[in-house]
Amino acid sequence: MNLWQFMLQNHTEVLELTLEHLWLVGISSLFAVLIGIPLGILITRWLALNKPILGSANIIQTIPSLALFGFLLPAPWIGARADRLAILALTLYALLPLIRNTYAGIKGVDRSVVEAGRGMGMTNRQLLFQVELPLALGVIIAGVRVATVISVGLATIAAAIGAGGLGEYIFRGLAMVNNQVILAGAIPAAAMALLADVSLGWLEKRLSPR
Amino acid sequence: MNDSPDTRPAIEFRNVSYRIDGDADRELLHHLTLDVQRGETLVLLGRSGSGKTTTLKLINRLLVPSEGELRVEARSTSEWDVIRLRRMIGYVIQEVGLFPHYTVERNIGLVPKIENWPVNRINERVQELMKLVGLDHETASRYPRELSGGQRQRVGVARALAADPPILLMDEPFGALDPITRAELQHEFLDLQKRLLKTVVFVTHDLREALLLGTRIALMEAGHLITVQTPEEFLTSTEPLAIAYRSAFETTFDIPRGRS
Repeated sequence: MNLWQFMLQNHTEVLELTLEHLWLVGISSLFAVLIGIPLGILITRWLALNKPILGSANIIQTIPSLALFGFLLPAPWIGARADRLAILALTLYALLPLIRNTYAGIKGVDRSVVEAGRGMGMTNRQLLFQVELPLALGVIIAGVRVATVISVGLATIAAAIGAGGLGEYIFRGLAMVNNQVILAGAIPAAAMALLADVSLGWLEKRLSPR
Repeated sequence: MNDSPDTRPAIEFRNVSYRIDGDADRELLHHLTLDVQRGETLVLLGRSGSGKTTTLKLINRLLVPSEGELRVEARSTSEWDVIRLRRMIGYVIQEVGLFPHYTVERNIGLVPKIENWPVNRINERVQELMKLVGLDHETASRYPRELSGGQRQRVGVARALAADPPILLMDEPFGALDPITRAELQHEFLDLQKRLLKTVVFVTHDLREALLLGTRIALMEAGHLITVQTPEEFLTSTEPLAIAYRSAFETTFDIPRGRS
């Protein structure tokens, strides 16, 4: 049986796992954006927090993903369901590129522009929302892009703790020593990563100040 | 306030010092006492690091005095609500600092907008200002990167004038322009100032610009105010630094020997 026949025959399952995968990546990326961007902004205002926050995000990034899933297993409520666990782990991994890019994007805004705004009597809030964030948006979206692409790949490992997603096929294929089954998981995942990369890349270009 | 605010100087420096992080070794301004009269153009003349820009930034409280008192419109800058203070002071800097993601129109209308003026009044004001600084109508919808250096500087001046502030701070506004455009803008500034009579503090290291634009020249060196003189006085001053400035700017157009 070749790959296409396998995928056709199991199309409902392929679809289901793909949607599961999308859900894991989408929700965790959303959480990462909601947490990472404010943290990135925070460390531009409060430089003392810069090292601890970027440092922690860095350390999380160095933990092997399987180990992180394992570490989080005993956590209350979160540990009770595999998908919660996977979403938490994926969110943590996605934080670093988001915090770093938000910080770098805002810090990279031309100093004279910020100073002119401040000198004209813009409040901190006005400076942030009307000047700094719009001008940093391209760099921030680049961070979202990196985080999302990494997440798509990492989410396949979530199947190891039973969180579902396209990793199911990869692990099943490995156990069955069946390349077709592995590819049935790997190819849609790769396509998803490419799609995320291209569409967020397009958005990044559109939203970058020219 | 015993004095009526109209007879008092617009800006008063009283023994003002500024040190970076309060560090005595990094004192950028030493005990400055200086008045800026209403409606005058006071030029701060000096080389890089002489404390001109520091002096300017103290006025709109981008910097806070380490010592002494600074009054704007008879009120100490520490008593002013800093946002109110800055909105009544126009600010023009050399790099212009136009918002690259805003059109010319939005850049000019920025302060009225954050002051919550009604939209049609902002539009009227923007039209009026563009005419005032000599910008073509069709530049309104352009972005700063599409403008020439001279046009950008005009937008910078228009933006600073938008909410009709009584005080204008200008930090080498024409420094980055080619000499011909610079001369053009300097003369337009003179015309404008004749009509508007703002209180202007103007920073430059160019003696010719100082003589042309200033009603008085405050000569600064290494954080000290050396002397305050009218342009006429400056030309005959025996102050060594003034002499040094004059000789540095003597134009003879000689080509040094050994070349050519």
